[in-house]
Amino acid sequence: MLKPAEFYQRDREWHPPALTPDYKTSVSRSPQYALISLQGSPSEITGPVFGQNDIDPVDNDLIKNYAQPGEGPIGERIILHGRVLDENGRPVPGTLVELWQANAGGRYRHKKDTYLAPIDLNFGGCGRTLTDENGYYYFRTVKPGAYPWRNWVNSWRPAHIHMSIFGSGFAQRLITQCYFEGDPLIHKCPIVNTIPDPDAIDQLIARLDMNATIPLDSIAYKFDIVLRGRRSTLFENRLEGN
Amino acid sequence: MPQELNYLKETPSQTAGPYVHIGLAPGAAGFDIYKQELGWDIAGPNAKGERIRVEGVVVDGTGSPVKDVLLEAWQANSEGVFAHPEDSRDVENGFRGWGRVITDFETGEWGFDTVKPGASPARGGTLAAPHINLWVVARGINVGLNTRLYFDDEPEANAKDAVLNLIEWEKRRATLIAKRSERDGKVLYRFDIKIQGEDETVFFDI
Repeated sequence: MLKPAEFYQRDREWHPPALTPDYKTSVSRSPQYALISLQGSPSEITGPVFGQNDIDPVDNDLIKNYAQPGEGPIGERIILHGRVLDENGRPVPGTLVELWQANAGGRYRHKKDTYLAPIDLNFGGCGRTLTDENGYYYFRTVKPGAYPWRNWVNSWRPAHIHMSIFGSGFAQRLITQCYFEGDPLIHKCPIVNTIPDPDAIDQLIARLDMNATIPLDSIAYKFDIVLRGRRSTLFENRLEGN
Repeated sequence: MPQELNYLKETPSQTAGPYVHIGLAPGAAGFDIYKQELGWDIAGPNAKGERIRVEGVVVDGTGSPVKDVLLEAWQANSEGVFAHPEDSRDVENGFRGWGRVITDFETGEWGFDTVKPGASPARGGTLAAPHINLWVVARGINVGLNTRLYFDDEPEANAKDAVLNLIEWEKRRATLIAKRSERDGKVLYRFDIKIQGEDETVFFDI
């Protein structure tokens, strides 16, 4: 039978609230009623499992995974790497990490993106990988460009990479965005500023990692991701080591 | 000063944005990059139980369809077993119980094929009424919204379900009940999700 141990509750004061009027789209897309809080049950504690058969080895190399043979995308070559951990500091192994991003000019390969920066014929802009036994992941890509968007008349998104992470239970499911150290647009961005706590915003800013750069090849940024942690001792007044 | 607890903080959520399809459903974004996209086949070919289709639309506070939404489903098989190492029971070969769906960009309609889940384990050794867990992300949604889809042909199980009963307002429980019908001899459940406003769907902090 299931041996459920619950996840620590999500700190809703650390995450952005649903209604954040400066990010205008949230106004009509935010529930008005309070969320109903559920204690964890198998529906939330379990979640999908992925394996190497689900992906291809090249899926984490955005410099190659959509390029014509012998060609590559324009832009600053970067390594984005880090670990997926839980709130207890334990690695989350074998979990699926997916990402998507604009190209170096700030243009997405998407039917709905009409920004005047050109599509890069050699860049798709999405990748995925599984963390290894230590929770480690890495991607190779080009640094995305900033781009304008319709919020205020003159709103620009800082360079960012969207990331989707699963964890081991559906309650850990998370989508976030990774920003890059030193970008002056970060603190002007209404989407970044949906997050109330400056320390929480800092958690989304990848740091330049000179030790992981590949000399004469690629600059590296390190971005660790933390998923919800889990109780391991007490559950419904019974001892449940896990 | 007392000792530090040294827990890490969960990475804060950010909206999936308008281009979520590039990452999670690139075929829909208009390009072919992966040999296989994930999440289009929830139940697999060997799943036992009743084959069903679930359809709906996600509606915003103005009453308009949300056309750039992405939903993920997580469910047990027809015997109430989750395809997860912590559920010691077996599922059919190829059954994952997880799916991902986007909308028609013109209408906002979404739909997926699966099998109807069985009653699954709940807290305290009880059973949950058959349900599908749903996670909704889109531009303008800062933290993905969790809800549950229950079935209108399970009135007895629904009446006993601990999660439904946790919703203080009985009227609001109805927002989680999908309506059964048939189309071309196939079983169809309709489940519209209202993010905001009149008859707002119940969302959970799980």
